[in-house]
Amino acid sequence: MARHIVATVDEIAPGQRRVVSVNGREIGIFNVDGEYFAVGNRCPHEGASLCKGRVVGLVEASEPGAYQYSRRGELIRCPWHGWEFDLRTGKSWCEPDRTKVRSYELKVEPGGALVEGELRAETFPVSIEKQYIVVEV
Amino acid sequence: MSTIEMERSPPAKYRLRVIDCDIHPAMTSWTEVHPYLEKRWIEHLSVYGSHLRHAFSEALSHPRMSPDAARIDAYPDEGGPPGSSLELMRKQHLDPNGVQVGMLIPLRWNPGSQRNLDFGAALTRAMNTWQVERWVKQEARLRASVLVAQEDTEAAVAEIDARGGDPNFTQILILPRTDEPLGRRRYWPIYEAAVRNNLPITIHVGGTNGHPSTGGGWPSYYMEEHHAVAQTMQAVLTSLVFEGVFERFPKLRVVIMEGGLGWIPSLSARMDKHWSRLRSEVPHLKRPPSEYVRENVWFSTQPMEEPGSAAELIDLFDRIGWDRLLFSTDYPHWDFDDPRYAFKANLSEAQRDQLLYANSSKFYGLG
Ligand code: FES
Repeated sequence: MARHIVATVDEIAPGQRRVVSVNGREIGIFNVDGEYFAVGNRCPHEGASLCKGRVVGLVEASEPGAYQYSRRGELIRCPWHGWEFDLRTGKSWCEPDRTKVRSYELKVEPGGALVEGELRAETFPVSIEKQYIVVEV
Repeated sequence: MSTIEMERSPPAKYRLRVIDCDIHPAMTSWTEVHPYLEKRWIEHLSVYGSHLRHAFSEALSHPRMSPDAARIDAYPDEGGPPGSSLELMRKQHLDPNGVQVGMLIPLRWNPGSQRNLDFGAALTRAMNTWQVERWVKQEARLRASVLVAQEDTEAAVAEIDARGGDPNFTQILILPRTDEPLGRRRYWPIYEAAVRNNLPITIHVGGTNGHPSTGGGWPSYYMEEHHAVAQTMQAVLTSLVFEGVFERFPKLRVVIMEGGLGWIPSLSARMDKHWSRLRSEVPHLKRPPSEYVRENVWFSTQPMEEPGSAAELIDLFDRIGWDRLLFSTDYPHWDFDDPRYAFKANLSEAQRDQLLYANSSKFYGLG
């Protein structure tokens, strides 16, 4: 496992995403209302580029005719067959026991700490004042 | 149960070799057919427009899960609807998926369901030429389907005979929601022409005959509508069998396209049972219905059944007949099947090649 700086926080606005490539792996970084999540870009169902899908919320119903809408922006819906994956856990809502997309450990760290620390050698130019998104792969 | 996690490149050790029987091309704008339409019909279009058996001629009979029923990554950068860019089709589908031959199934505008029969016939001619000029001549891997005005049998037969010897066309396309069930004798000249020209009749879901999309009326939810394809295809198949189409045209080859697969064995068994008890009503049937299905009917694979266990899928193929299955993707629609992952079972290389390539190669005489 190594840590990789993939973006600065202001490069991905709330509700936005960015797909980055780390060691040949495509990873989608999502900003959900200021919280960041990282999931693999390949849908475990039939291989679509998952991060091209729409970000949606969770629609549930306690009975016919009633619904609750919650967790706005926390699910990604695959651009092909519409399977929904939880951005927090990578779990599929279609087959929660069987299928998940890889999710990655992600941290937001200040440039100061990174410049001092072990990530100094990354090619990403790091400045002390900024906040960076760091993914563990 | 183990967890499936797919984050790396697909485990495709084999070289993909695919014949895709179901690709949906679109027009960037309907003016694309103007060069192939007589002046009289271009004017008709601008004055009267297209007139189908439902409201809103440009609308689908039920909103689909996704705009244009398409994969949302299938919109060309340069604009236009999914399926309108040959460049994107190559890049996104033909090249990476090893498509050796891809067959075009144009759906919109439903020339076969046009209420103005002469306009419908003119539109079939124009759209058939459009497929050749705009697609097949630009991309050697593509083939066209003969669109026909099925409610105007004479025009349909003329168009089949006109295109019959042309290797750019591989099949005759009919959308199953016709004015009457497709086994009715009014459609028989079409089958006769198909046999005469050695082209299969492909019945692909769709059509706008104005009847509700399910036998129980118009559904509320798209999910119900999506399931209705199986009922429609069952109705079509029972009509073809019981009206005696295969008895009259033993060489007729029919492809049921995009109708699902799971229902086929049970329908065949049910038809056989009823035939053994009620055969005096249809004395023209000389053999059990399942035999006609087994000999005259092929099925496209998409949307692929995805049962919980692989054994069920294998069992289904055993019952239908492995040689009756023709691979299709439905590109660029949202329920597209990727040839690498569509079959959720461990197939041998020979089985996979049979399903993805060899069956269609033989069936369409492409080898
Ligand atoms: S490929 Fe993502 S849901 Fe099918």
